[in-house]
Amino acid sequence: MRLKGSGLALAVLAPGFALLLWAVLGAGLLFAALDPATRAGVVDVLGPVAESHGMILVLWWALASAGAGLIARRLYSVHVEAPLRLADAARVLASDAAAPALVAQGGAGLRDLAGTVNALAGQLRAQREDMARHIAEASRAVAFERDQLATLMAELQQAVVVLNLEGRILLYNAGARALFRRLSRSPAAEGPPDLVGPDLIGLGRSIHAVIDRSLIDHARETIERRMAGGDARPAARFVTTTALGHLVQVLLAPVRHGDGAGLSGFVLLLDDITDDYEAHARQDRALLELSEASRASFAAMQAALDMLDYPDLEAADRERFQAVVRDEVAAMSTRLSALAADASQDMTTRWPLQDMLGTELVAAAARRIAAETGCEVATAEVDGDLWLSVDSFALLQALAYLARRLVQASASPGLVLRLAAAGTRAHLDLAFRDPEAGRALAGWQTTPMQSGATPSPLTVRDVVERHGGELWLEHPRGVAEACFRFLLPTAMAAAQPPSPEAPAPGESRPAYFDFDLFAASAGSRDSDERLLGEIAYTVFDTETTGLDPAGGDEILQIGATRIVNGRLLADDCFDQLVDPGRSIPEAGIAVHGIRPQMVRGKPAITKVLPAFHAFAADTVLVGHNVAFDMRFLTLKEKASGVVFDQPVLDTLLLAGLVHPGEASHSLEAIAGRLGVAVSGRHTALGDALVTAEIFLKLIPLLRQRGILTLGQARAAARTSYYARLTY
Amino acid sequence: MTTAASPSRDGPAHPKVLIADDEPNIVVSLEFMMKREGFEVLVARDGVKALDAIRREHPRLVLLDATMPGMSGFDVCEAVRADAAVSGTCIVMLTAKGRETDMARGVGAGADAYVTKPFSTRDLVQKVKEMLARDSAA
Repeated sequence: MRLKGSGLALAVLAPGFALLLWAVLGAGLLFAALDPATRAGVVDVLGPVAESHGMILVLWWALASAGAGLIARRLYSVHVEAPLRLADAARVLASDAAAPALVAQGGAGLRDLAGTVNALAGQLRAQREDMARHIAEASRAVAFERDQLATLMAELQQAVVVLNLEGRILLYNAGARALFRRLSRSPAAEGPPDLVGPDLIGLGRSIHAVIDRSLIDHARETIERRMAGGDARPAARFVTTTALGHLVQVLLAPVRHGDGAGLSGFVLLLDDITDDYEAHARQDRALLELSEASRASFAAMQAALDMLDYPDLEAADRERFQAVVRDEVAAMSTRLSALAADASQDMTTRWPLQDMLGTELVAAAARRIAAETGCEVATAEVDGDLWLSVDSFALLQALAYLARRLVQASASPGLVLRLAAAGTRAHLDLAFRDPEAGRALAGWQTTPMQSGATPSPLTVRDVVERHGGELWLEHPRGVAEACFRFLLPTAMAAAQPPSPEAPAPGESRPAYFDFDLFAASAGSRDSDERLLGEIAYTVFDTETTGLDPAGGDEILQIGATRIVNGRLLADDCFDQLVDPGRSIPEAGIAVHGIRPQMVRGKPAITKVLPAFHAFAADTVLVGHNVAFDMRFLTLKEKASGVVFDQPVLDTLLLAGLVHPGEASHSLEAIAGRLGVAVSGRHTALGDALVTAEIFLKLIPLLRQRGILTLGQARAAARTSYYARLTY
Repeated sequence: MTTAASPSRDGPAHPKVLIADDEPNIVVSLEFMMKREGFEVLVARDGVKALDAIRREHPRLVLLDATMPGMSGFDVCEAVRADAAVSGTCIVMLTAKGRETDMARGVGAGADAYVTKPFSTRDLVQKVKEMLARDSAA
């Protein structure tokens, strides 16, 4: 603005000076042209006049100067200042179409120009808004689809895992998590029960930890061959056995690029078929045994009968052969009753039944009957602990149908629902007060059930058979009451499927998918070349009995969490107390709060480190002042049999790079500077979570300093002042 | 009793037959019938004893059950065919194993006939006599 001001002053003053100069030059020229005599005469004449009336001339000049100055000022404003202002405003508009429009100013041409620029800016603004709307719509659609997919995945009972070409997990559902928990070869299976085994699956983890790489490679070759052969829906199926002896059936289907050309990943559908397989094998075995035993028995009987045909048998011989027949008949009867008792339990597994708490079923039935018939149903005697194995939809339909028939037959049927255990099964009774009503229900078992206007193809009998159960109409003697009694299978408490852990209300849905991992290609995995934002990290911390591992201090607790693709997976944690096998100094207890009784019975470090090693497989380790923790891990290499040889990053060193001037790089100080909330300090997991959040905030700050890759970060950290500290 | 004399015409007076089966209920009838038909009858209650009896007594024919404790009938059959001293023994497998695969195994292991239980004893006697006649003629 100072430049503009001086320009204006110059423009305003210049005409006055020019006039003065012009007049002085004119007077000088005239004066020089006169001969000396005339020059003296002029001086004589003008001298006194200039002295007395010279002021008039000066004022005249000043007036002209002022007038010219005003004109110059006006011209300057219109032709110099206005274009500059317009240019500035146009520049702002060019970078931000939402900026205020140009104010028309200056000459007519300039005003026109401003209008045109405004029109252009308006068009630009409209286009950008349009674009933004499209982007927002597309993002919404994508987010919607993702939410749908996530919900679908979460609800599926079957285990689903999506892999990229390297076999890394992009998505898995709760079913998969539950399945892999069962398959886990974690120390929990054989070691102390309270050692939580690491999850075998997690975003970015390799599926090869669970399924043999060669099996997946073979399936992949099969798929590629089929795709090359023009198969529209190539998929491969195989069965694998796990370390704990489970049989897992795997269906592997390719995920193809949009254009249908190459592969970008795989979808795995997994089934634990151990129980099914065993059930089938058991049935096959039973059938085979029965048929062979029957053949043998029939052979003995027929041979004996053939002998009895001889007319000349001695009485003793006759008695012998008859005994054979009697014996074999008895043996066959025993076999058949044993088989019937066994098969009746197995038959219930044919129709997919779900486990349901008996009281819930009764309550649902009462509600439905009340809604359909308008009659209240009493539910007095209901065994609250009984779990049933039922097709609840069909069963409710059958109960409602029977109740409707009863209500039609009797004005006040007085309906009661009862549930009681009966041996290994359960009795579900729909009782009614009016035994006459029962007699009116001809063909009630085999008539198709009518539900409102829509006829159901099912009969009550069909529903009962689905359950491998029975149903009858019972009239207890001496009681003015009858009941329909369903004999239903109960659910074994042990056989209950582990319900996928749903997040509690208010808790965020666990991160089960990350499609950005699709992009992770084999080429980018060359360790040091990888970008910091795309690496999978295990961020960990330890609590120890003291500061001197070589002098006998031991690890008390390991806590860790994971970062995948720039996202903190706070529900993918490792949190384990360790029995140090020595005393815990009082001084330390004040810091970490771990008392001797807390670690009693916990696993030793030699059991915990292999589990932690599996948790941290294929990741870069991150810690705060991690050299200290690494020293403890290294000293245990021999005892635990695991070596932590992956790259390691230290938030202490990285923070030193980002804020070299700061005095303190303690976890609290850095967290405060970066705006990370600190909670649960001085538990290993709490510290690991804070460290992870700090690390995530450090990544963009490092990027500003040109530190983009893992290699650059490691090289830069080595130059940091703190790297010179050693333990 | 007229039929009892017939084997003596074209073979030894009382051809020796071994019944190898672990189920006494069938052995009772088979033993009774074979004796009645004029054979000298030996009985073995498991596979090992059956093989011993074959090697010791050289029966002309064995009625061999497939499912016996110790050595199965299939194993006995293989061992007999592998042993030059007794490999000529006629073997009739009498078995409750009725699957095609079982039958293939029995014949493959060297049984001359594979009879699935249950069977008619008259047909069995007929078959045994035919086999012995054919065996003597050869």
